[in-house]
Amino acid sequence: MKKYNGKSVLKGIAVGRIYWYRKQNYEVVKTQISDCEDEKKRFEGAVETAKVQLSELYEDALKNVGEDHAMIFDVHKMMLEDDDYLDAVKSVINEGCNAEYAVSVAMEQFAGMFAAMDDEYMKARAADIRDISQRVINILADISEDGIQTKWPVIVVAEDLTPSETVKMDKNKILAFVTVKGSSNSHTAILARSMNLPSLVNTQIELSEEMNGKIAVVDGFNGQFIIEPDEDVLDDMIARKNQWVADLEALAQLKGKENITSDGRKINVYANIGKVSDVEAVIEEDAGGIGLFRSEFLYLGRNDFPSEEEQFKSYKSVLEKMEGKKVIIRTLDIGADKKVDYFNLEPEENPAMGYRAIRICLDRPEIFITQLRAIYRASAYGTAAIMFPMIVSVDEIRRIKEIVSQVKKDLELEGYSMGEVELGIMVETPAAAVISDELAKEVDFFSIGTNDLTQYTLAVDRQNQKLESTCDTHHPAILRLIEMTVKNAHKEGIWAGICGELAADTDLTRTFLDMGVDELSVSASNILKVRKAVRDI
Amino acid sequence: MKEFKQVIKDPVGLHARPAGLLVKQAAAFKSKITVSCNGKSADGKKLIMLMGLGVKQGMEVTCRIEGEDEDAALETLQKFFEENL
Repeated sequence: MKKYNGKSVLKGIAVGRIYWYRKQNYEVVKTQISDCEDEKKRFEGAVETAKVQLSELYEDALKNVGEDHAMIFDVHKMMLEDDDYLDAVKSVINEGCNAEYAVSVAMEQFAGMFAAMDDEYMKARAADIRDISQRVINILADISEDGIQTKWPVIVVAEDLTPSETVKMDKNKILAFVTVKGSSNSHTAILARSMNLPSLVNTQIELSEEMNGKIAVVDGFNGQFIIEPDEDVLDDMIARKNQWVADLEALAQLKGKENITSDGRKINVYANIGKVSDVEAVIEEDAGGIGLFRSEFLYLGRNDFPSEEEQFKSYKSVLEKMEGKKVIIRTLDIGADKKVDYFNLEPEENPAMGYRAIRICLDRPEIFITQLRAIYRASAYGTAAIMFPMIVSVDEIRRIKEIVSQVKKDLELEGYSMGEVELGIMVETPAAAVISDELAKEVDFFSIGTNDLTQYTLAVDRQNQKLESTCDTHHPAILRLIEMTVKNAHKEGIWAGICGELAADTDLTRTFLDMGVDELSVSASNILKVRKAVRDI
Repeated sequence: MKEFKQVIKDPVGLHARPAGLLVKQAAAFKSKITVSCNGKSADGKKLIMLMGLGVKQGMEVTCRIEGEDEDAALETLQKFFEENL
């Protein structure tokens, strides 16, 4: 038994025989040619053929893995239309070299440029340059790409895999990918993920003929590749693999199903997101809506405030993608613990209880108004709702509502159309929970933020690891506050949900249903897990 | 000559997909389109060099447009940057 470590790109397990995938060993040889014009025509012909192949690969990928991942082949095609690249090849041909050699020179030149960049994503683009160049060379040298030759599904082990090699392989014949090179940002890793194949990149392994056909295990949970596992290890891995597959299948079966208990009680299961591109997973995992759209991503990692236009585009894009399903946008929750230089916040002794979230918004309304204008303008494109974080008093809500009604009036005068927007608050301070009977008269919904509610109620700093055992998220004080908040919401005819980490805690799903919680908002990867917990009741 | 500036908000920066889309948009115009960032410049119609700029989130990009259809190009490209980057 031999174990190797690698970087996992998908949490899953595969057990099977190794198939060593080797590229055709074509050595590019430099030769003198007599007719440069002829050789350039040969090169141009090969590029045209490559573009046709790429169009076919694009169509293939579109069917198998979706447009987002197929896009890479469209980009490859455009790279082959890039004059800089074509000119680089032609200038080598002009010196009297054969086209195969000329392409390999241009390949090294451009791949080297990307490899030298200080950005992991861009470094990975060197592989794209090699992929397109190799394709042209293979066409010139008349070498056919012939995927994997096997009757049974195998674990494909390779030095590296290009996106086109990955897509070209017959999915039914692959259990997993293990590569020596590659990054988790590479398109091959992304494709493996979308095909749900447990895979490892950057694996410290020496490839050799003798590993071919040996039994091996890819453990994507622990990033391990085990060749010829001992019997007990193998048995254990097979059991874990079967469990993983069974869980996946059981959860996938739940897509399109209702979140309903066996005695007919229903609950909404929504998703938490932190950026526009998270929406893809939300749709894939079949969430009923977005229960928490954290808007901080718009403000973090930049030098100045995001403009109304920029924010509007982001909100609009999410609302359109959700096609009328509810999207609850939480206004800015930045404070002294999340460093954003251009806010010019003073350092604080106790930032969790400091100048943050709605406190900043009410103190500096110009920031708040820009965000509200952007959300209301976007509300014309779907079902938007807004919730305000860190509320402790009725007065805060009244001040917020004054600003909101001014914003709506202004936008109306400016001729913008707007949708109906529910206004709610986060109940994440003990104060808000305790006066939730009064707060419920002012808003359309409550969303209970259990992370902060826990830390404030138990007086336990979430960041302090020493206090982990004290931080009992099932503490009766918290559960009572949640129950009280939900009851007070229902008394005023408004709905109440939970959007903290506790919402995904399936040990509490029954408790929440019994309390009458209307909505649970969890990360996309937990949607089906929670749906299952609801349906199992 | 027309010019506009834009701060990139896409978390991955000017990556393959939007760069590809940008080239497609730019190619539709006769004007010369130059994208500059970080002291480097690239032809907006050439994908590889454009990606080679290494534009990341939070960086400011300047787009310079010069030619007979520069007004239309400005409008189209500015909209494209705002919506996609």
